[in-house]
Amino acid sequence: MVKRLVVGAHYGFGDWLLQRLTAVVMALYTVMFAIRLSMLTSYDVFAWYDLFSSGMMRFATFLFFMSLFYHAWVGVRDIFMDYVKPISVRLTLHAVVAFLLLGYAGWAAQILWRL
Amino acid sequence: MAEVIVRKPRPKHLNLMQIRLPLPGIVSILHRISGVALFLCLPLILWLFGASLGSQEDLDSFHAIFDFSLAGLPIVKLVLLGLLWSFLHHFCAGIRFLLLDVHVGIELPAARMSSVIVLVVSLVLTVALGVLIW
Repeated sequence: MVKRLVVGAHYGFGDWLLQRLTAVVMALYTVMFAIRLSMLTSYDVFAWYDLFSSGMMRFATFLFFMSLFYHAWVGVRDIFMDYVKPISVRLTLHAVVAFLLLGYAGWAAQILWRL
Repeated sequence: MAEVIVRKPRPKHLNLMQIRLPLPGIVSILHRISGVALFLCLPLILWLFGASLGSQEDLDSFHAIFDFSLAGLPIVKLVLLGLLWSFLHHFCAGIRFLLLDVHVGIELPAARMSSVIVLVVSLVLTVALGVLIW
């Protein structure tokens, strides 16, 4: 019998759940995106522009990117926890990834709304 | 009466080259590897996405990067093909994991079968979409 301290359970449960919820959001977006792509009448840069010109599409794409970055955060953090043991290195990597993803979020917003 | 405990020497396969993963294990590690690849290439993906929705100048540099080749190899296109597979594998394997989470297909034969489906479907889709886009 392993003695375990379980005070304040649900360690990581929130992230586990969010990893799955964000996955569902991205999967739904992917299907929607594939359908909209297949319904295009022409495949040129104008049709591509047009696709992203509606507010709904920008909103959905932004939601996709936010889900992607949070999903990536949980996934990459899990990988570091598996393979990177020295706490100083791990913490540094966590910080770098977190700030990178925050920056990506700003970048994605800028791409979608400067049109 | 003396008894001798004979211990069978157990193989310790810590050598990655000697570990033979079962099919679901292969799908699992590829899920991780494809996730890492997609994460590392996020700057490239975001840049291409931004350029594709940008000005004429941005579009020109989009095409310049997209068609960039090194020693006759269309290196960016090949990387993007790899990313396409990464996305499709991550997508298919992810749906499989979500189903496993809600206890669909957790029996071994079903889990093996779904692993094969994930591997085949993501490869076939990669080839089909790759041909379409190339």
